[in-house]
Amino acid sequence: MANNIANKSSNISKVQGEEGTSLWKIGAKRLIKNKLAVFGIVVLSILIILSVLAPVITPYDRDETNLTNTYQKPSKEHWLGTDELGRDVFTRLIYGGRVSLSVGLVSTSISVIIGVLLGAIGGYYGKVVDNIIMRIVDIFMCFPFFIMAITIAAILGPSIWNVMIISGILSWPSIARIVRAEVMTVKEREFVEASKALGLTPIEIIFRHILPNVLAVVIVYTTLGIASGILSEAGLSFLGLGVKQPQPSWGNMLSAAQNLRSLRLHWWLWVPPGLLVFITILSINFLGDGLRDALDPKLKH
Amino acid sequence: MEDRILEVQSLKKYFPIKKGVFSRKVGDIKAVDDISFYINRGEIFGLVGESGCGKSTTGRTILNLLEPTGGSVTFDGRRIYDVEENYRLSTEEMALMRRDMQMIFQDPYASLDPRMSVGAIVTEGMLKHKIYDKKEAMEKAKELLELCGLPASSIKKYPHEFSGGQRQRIGIARSLALNPKFIIGDEPIAALDVSIQAQVLTLMQDLIEQFDLTCLFISHDLCVVRYFCDRIGVMYLGSFVEVGTSDHLFENPMHPYTQALLSAIPKSMPIEEKQRIILQGDVPSPANPPKGCKFHTRCPYVKDICKEQVPETKELETDHFVSCHLY
Repeated sequence: MANNIANKSSNISKVQGEEGTSLWKIGAKRLIKNKLAVFGIVVLSILIILSVLAPVITPYDRDETNLTNTYQKPSKEHWLGTDELGRDVFTRLIYGGRVSLSVGLVSTSISVIIGVLLGAIGGYYGKVVDNIIMRIVDIFMCFPFFIMAITIAAILGPSIWNVMIISGILSWPSIARIVRAEVMTVKEREFVEASKALGLTPIEIIFRHILPNVLAVVIVYTTLGIASGILSEAGLSFLGLGVKQPQPSWGNMLSAAQNLRSLRLHWWLWVPPGLLVFITILSINFLGDGLRDALDPKLKH
Repeated sequence: MEDRILEVQSLKKYFPIKKGVFSRKVGDIKAVDDISFYINRGEIFGLVGESGCGKSTTGRTILNLLEPTGGSVTFDGRRIYDVEENYRLSTEEMALMRRDMQMIFQDPYASLDPRMSVGAIVTEGMLKHKIYDKKEAMEKAKELLELCGLPASSIKKYPHEFSGGQRQRIGIARSLALNPKFIIGDEPIAALDVSIQAQVLTLMQDLIEQFDLTCLFISHDLCVVRYFCDRIGVMYLGSFVEVGTSDHLFENPMHPYTQALLSAIPKSMPIEEKQRIILQGDVPSPANPPKGCKFHTRCPYVKDICKEQVPETKELETDHFVSCHLY
């Protein structure tokens, strides 16, 4: 009889092809069609490769001073000239990229981990748990970001790790809110009820069903969060509360060029780091927007 | 006495209505209000009623997907919960119990996780309960899908690649994966086209026979229920008004509400005279149900006693229970 049933309906249910396409694959396909997003990916990949391979690419040492060779204009030997201590600007720029990109990544990872966990717990369990978490979020959201960051940096002292932790801990509430709202809509869907009926525990349901379904939103906000992480590192370093000299970062390179003489005469000290911050943020935002469009489940291909 | 697989005693499910800044509780929506019934092993029990009368809530509360407000449910000789005696199975026991009772959902578009492949969906329960290892589970999933009329290659595909009827077949395969004894079909065909409805119904009927299933079939399609179910319960505003075998109920409806409901079935012959009983007014709000018999506000035969006293449930023929003051 089983065969009978199967035969009856196999004519109706002819599906072509063996391999299925997951929603992720569809999203990736859509992303590749988006020109701005592809531009973002290419620029970011170049930046990442440059900063990872920095020691291979440049012959100079990051902190090597040469006082007989200060304020050189861009030339064949020094592509972007040298600074007030005769250090190669291009070298410092790509080493600075390491700092900026890793601060962006690590601080966003911290905020995403805290935000997603608390947001998912609050959204799924609701009631008292949710209330407590959301009040903490409200409290964190009351603090003006830069004033808090400056105060904490002043207390803990300037260092790259402090910047990562500060910007990570101050920016999780917005992710927690978004994740909570998404979880609250996903948990009402019938497939969650179906897995309850199969006997799955709440933790299994959160990790197997709810988080994969809010992941798209998390990815988009993570990308955009990296941009703001980079910006806050640049800002703090510019104020002298971020990465300490001689370790270079785009922010403290800008800060070092902050005097009238350099602004007027030595454009190669401040244009390249400023431009790189600008291009990086722009590429990340392009990629983030592209991801948002590509992963939106409401869009049909 | 017959072999009762499921026994529901005065089941209640109230949803609190909250208002104001401090979400004070100002009342209850009585979605399921004191219903009792039983299902014999191998039987298909139909649950009918208009939308919003608490059919789906009943199904979900029986499976303990919703926290019951009152009453008890006994399944296969074991109590699942008894609110009055403050008894409930532990989380582990409940998880084990869920192997035997599964559900088919109404909306095939919402009941499958869009991020999971069909194989993962169907094998999820088997892997959770460690019935099979991964490889065996996949083989079993292929078998089940073929049984439900889908090609075995479907396991690598994703729900959005299927039509509504095919998705419902996936849902059925998932519910069968744990080899349950009892299945609740929560309007499993309501979201499908009429032509697909017939196929899915036939499939369900074949599977019920093949797997020796007992079924609680929730529907608002009276014609389907008549031919599909052995016994039928008619619900109105969270309570049963009449329970009987489908022959009794359709040949000889006793309760005025059942009579009105049955008169709404379209006749297949245009010449046939239709005696339509048209009820006055709207369904009262389940937050504030009428006193006495809940149906008295719309009943054509209303008497004084109906407004005061809740009618008792009487067995008028064998296996035919009616709650009405007329009898």
